Amino acid sequence: MKRETLINAALLLGLLLVPLWAYVTDEPFTITLATKVAILALAGVGLNIALGLGGLVSLGHAAFFGIGGYAMGILASHAQSYTPLMESPFLIEGTKSMPVIWVTAILASALAALVIGTLSLRTSGVYFIMITLAFGQMLFFFAISWPAYGGEDGLSIYVRNGFPGMNTLDPIQFFALCFALLLAALWFSHRLANAPFGLALNAARQSPARVETVGLSPFHLRLIAFIISGAITGLAGALFADLNRFVSPNMLSWQTSGEIMIFIILGGVGRLCGPVAGAALFIALEHFLGGLSEFWHIWLGLLLLLVVLFARGGLIGVLAGRQVAHD
Amino acid sequence: MTDPVLATHNISKQFGALKASDDISLTLRPGEIHAIIGPNGAGKSTLIAQICGTLAPDSGRVELMGRDVTALTTRARAQAGLGRTFQISALAMEDTVLQNALLGALGARGGAFAMFRRALSDTNLRDVAMMALERVGLADEASMRTSDLSHGQRRQLEVAIALTLNPKAFVMDEPMAGMGAEGSAKMTGLLDELRKEAPILLVEHDMDAVFALADRLSVLVYGRIIATGSVSEIRANKDVQQAYLGEDA
Repeated sequence: MKRETLINAALLLGLLLVPLWAYVTDEPFTITLATKVAILALAGVGLNIALGLGGLVSLGHAAFFGIGGYAMGILASHAQSYTPLMESPFLIEGTKSMPVIWVTAILASALAALVIGTLSLRTSGVYFIMITLAFGQMLFFFAISWPAYGGEDGLSIYVRNGFPGMNTLDPIQFFALCFALLLAALWFSHRLANAPFGLALNAARQSPARVETVGLSPFHLRLIAFIISGAITGLAGALFADLNRFVSPNMLSWQTSGEIMIFIILGGVGRLCGPVAGAALFIALEHFLGGLSEFWHIWLGLLLLLVVLFARGGLIGVLAGRQVAHD
Repeated sequence: MTDPVLATHNISKQFGALKASDDISLTLRPGEIHAIIGPNGAGKSTLIAQICGTLAPDSGRVELMGRDVTALTTRARAQAGLGRTFQISALAMEDTVLQNALLGALGARGGAFAMFRRALSDTNLRDVAMMALERVGLADEASMRTSDLSHGQRRQLEVAIALTLNPKAFVMDEPMAGMGAEGSAKMTGLLDELRKEAPILLVEHDMDAVFALADRLSVLVYGRIIATGSVSEIRANKDVQQAYLGEDA
């Protein structure tokens, strides 16, 4: 087995064992931390498809994260107040069912990614970064100024949404759901990277002229990657809101976009489990350093600087060495 | 006479006061290598760009297999059967040699939207890619990282990718550029064979290669074709000697 595969397996096993151990020793807060890692890693897996595979530096992925969050918040708030979402032309009611919320979050963020991607993928480089940032900020200010769903204060739900056959209020069961979704997304992203689509997308990042010369369209490849990427990040947003039982415009802020990107850079851009390693490191730093000082971001910044300067492959790169071409 | 596979009709392109292409008409017939030579700045790259669709001519037409392709994109022209190689290798450097060749095979199949099948397990694609690599002599390097290839091998890979497209016509922009004598000789032998599959429009600075390969030559100077003919005709042409080949011809 390749070294990176072993490291990935160890990483995921660790993410599984920590909350199990916490469950045995009855420390629910640690389970919540691990759940947060799994969810943020999922958001990173989404961005990594655009950023790592497609080379699309999107500084607007908070838009999808937030749309997923609001999909949860809006559906659940209507369900808990027994008011329908809309009555004409047809009746749509709120729901507390996670599967329905997940599908809604995925579809809504995919649709948003289609619109944002269609417009912003006509540019590249700094302009692409700025346009995705602008779209993210538009949604951020829209959420702030929309009083129906809490505006600046955000939207709380009283009880976590339900999943058939499970008690989602039990931290370990909710963790299991998030972890399973993370594994599914990792598996999908692995298949995608090795499929013809991944091959072509990866080539479009390195040499767009070549891809065009063999009769493929870099724009279409990137757009589809951007949609898949946004959809996965949107799903993570729905889970994140459910974890906190709260959604606010903060989820749509550009700082959130930056944080998702930081997971990937810390863990390793384009590496399958880079976002998992990065999110775990981020949460660990936030927890331990955050306990020492509220200015822990200084240390995060220093670490980020070191990674960018000396370890371009991130944590996974340091442990597993240079990326081996997919085979 | 047989119909040309590729033709330009009175192509003109102007950048400000500079006429980069001035009423260029040329044809590429089945089975031939048609070389385009000319001093630096003569407009060879501009001509190639217009033939391949990265640049639109101000006036004139480009025809492939008798069909007007002037309005088509690079991508559509590739699908219609134009196999191009780049002057400066445009390869996916982080990928393996085989993956680069697979990309061509994917393009030839007309789409890359399969998301679950493993590209390398697809025997059809793999066969097309491996056959092309064997043709150019890179079969043993298939699993190497492309950035580890020598300069000459990268040029060979360029040709292999064009081959996977199974094109109707090749357009090659200086395939010998930067190659040593040995590499040039190898590439010359390869191109000599390839012309049987599809004719080659060859832009090349290496005169030994051009004189060895070309069935016809066109000389481009200041955006104009000043002469077209066989190697011996061009060698004997006074205008060409004056304008381009200079004293050593």
